[in-house]
Amino acid sequence: MSAPTLTRQVFDIRDLNLWYGDHHALKNINFPINKKEVTAIIGPSGCGKSTFIKTLNLMINMVPSVKMTGEINFNGQNILGEKMDLVELRKHVGMVFQKGNPFPQSIYDNVAYGPRVHGIKKKKHLDELVIKSLMDVALWEEVKDRLTAPALGLSGGQQQRLCIARALATKPDVLLMDEPTSALDPISTLKIEELILELKEKYTIVIVTHNMQQASRVSNKTAFFLMGELIELDSTSTIFSNPNDSRTEGYITGRFG
Amino acid sequence: MQICIYPIMTYFRGVWCIMEKIIPAKERLIKSSKNRMDGELRGKILVILCAVIMISATISITIFLGTKGLQSFIKNGVSLIEFLTSTHWNPTNQANPEYGALPFIFGSFAVTFLAALIAAPLGIGAAIFMTEIAPSWGRKILQPVVELLVGIPSVVYGFIGLTVLVPFVRAHVGGLGFSLLSGMIVLSVMILPTITSIATDAMGSLPKYLREGSYALGATRWQTIRKVLIPAALPGLLTAVVLGMARAFGEALAVQMVIGNVRNLPSSILDASATLTTIITLNMGHTTYGSVENNTLWSMGLILLVMSFAFILLIRYLSSRRKL
Ligand SMILES: Nc1ncnc2c1ncn2[C@@H]1O[C@H](COP(=O)(O)OP(=O)(O)OP(=O)(O)O)[C@@H](O)[C@H]1O
Ligand SMILES: [Mg+2]
Repeated sequence: MSAPTLTRQVFDIRDLNLWYGDHHALKNINFPINKKEVTAIIGPSGCGKSTFIKTLNLMINMVPSVKMTGEINFNGQNILGEKMDLVELRKHVGMVFQKGNPFPQSIYDNVAYGPRVHGIKKKKHLDELVIKSLMDVALWEEVKDRLTAPALGLSGGQQQRLCIARALATKPDVLLMDEPTSALDPISTLKIEELILELKEKYTIVIVTHNMQQASRVSNKTAFFLMGELIELDSTSTIFSNPNDSRTEGYITGRFG
Repeated sequence: MQICIYPIMTYFRGVWCIMEKIIPAKERLIKSSKNRMDGELRGKILVILCAVIMISATISITIFLGTKGLQSFIKNGVSLIEFLTSTHWNPTNQANPEYGALPFIFGSFAVTFLAALIAAPLGIGAAIFMTEIAPSWGRKILQPVVELLVGIPSVVYGFIGLTVLVPFVRAHVGGLGFSLLSGMIVLSVMILPTITSIATDAMGSLPKYLREGSYALGATRWQTIRKVLIPAALPGLLTAVVLGMARAFGEALAVQMVIGNVRNLPSSILDASATLTTIITLNMGHTTYGSVENNTLWSMGLILLVMSFAFILLIRYLSSRRKL
């Protein structure tokens, strides 16, 4: 057995600044993200939560006008440095979007998509990955008889779990979730939350949420953003019981935001 | 007057009440809604009239072509089997006229499919280039090009084909130059803009989340295009190709200028040939109305109509599959 690595950090973000054209959307963010923890990001609309989470897998690069300075160290490598291999990065940092967005293909093909684009061709290997991923999101029992059926025939909650399974199938280290339950009913939301609690045994999770209860239920750490600044980052219990900053307190007690 | 429009008025008033969701204050309603109702009614009559004219035009063309086209079989006793399967077309032979239209039917289909074979990959490729590879400048350049191609009249295509393409084929490929090959090339250029613009719409209307979902899984752009976007847009892309083929099938003038117009079944792509449309345009003028030959031309027209119905049905079917 090797000793636990010295650094428990998966991500270490240093002095990150981001501009959309002239709009300064992230200001001097310093943000360590620990292994196998759930980090929740809260803050009022437009404060930069989605922008921040999209920098972690560089999906932000799809916006042409974006400029960034600072460092985003992922397992010790600065992904803002020269010529990051996006394919490799995104294989390790998966993402789940606000709205379940399965491809208009079969359930099986959706989950197998990631492994296939990363070069896995053997049917047996793919089968294993698909089954395991679907089990991980507790969807296997519900869909095992109709793996070849179109994914868009699933319910909203099932679609979202399918998308999580799809992200897990590439065996990522980190799972980014941008308001994964905001389009779901309470029961489906609960299922996803239970899922997050199980997944954190194996994965590092960063979740953006507008739902304070959700943040307090699922996360170890909570970060509060306000107008592009990281106001406070601490253990979830501290943030919700005894925040340092009066603005954090104001937000979580519902005085603004 | 008041009395006869009364039922209509009350009907509209009823609808109006529901729309406004207020208890009708009778006076005000009658007064204020009267003008609006008149405009409403006039507009409604106008658009209904347009629809009726369109529908009746379509129906009467169908009926007319149907009766005219069937006359050669019913009245003149031309055998339908002969018409569809014989390769001998000799209507002017007094002693032994022959009415086999197969070479022209074959020519129409051959030239259509061959043109689609060239134009479909090019058009879809251009659409992908415009929507996925270079959405900003690619579109800026290609869009006007496509629009220009649409605007060029078919006689110009035919003329260019005749003066440039036919000699080129004769000199460098072989044969007379007037050939299926020339016809298919001219047609493929003509249907390219149709396919490109509809395929561009199909690709462009794909939701953004499909791309995001694929890129977030580490797929490259090419993988995203090939494995997610093209399959998702497939019904739309097929619709584009079918519409292009419908246009190719019906095109007469440009094809006529380059295809050679012979009555024989072509045995190679370099052989001259003819299509239903070219035979109709070439012979409609000099045959006497009501003669057997003239009637068989109408029969060919009927085949064109039936084919265009078939194309429409195919497009319907494809677009019904689009909403999964
Ligand atoms: N593609 C873009 N181009 C320009 N500005 C953008 C873009 N995306 C976001 N912004 C701006 O950046 C700021 C942060 O946006 P972001 O989407 O990160 O907010 P958010 O915290 O996720 O909000 P919400 O809770 O509503 O999702 C906003 O002011 C927004 O207008
Ligand atoms: Mg957001």
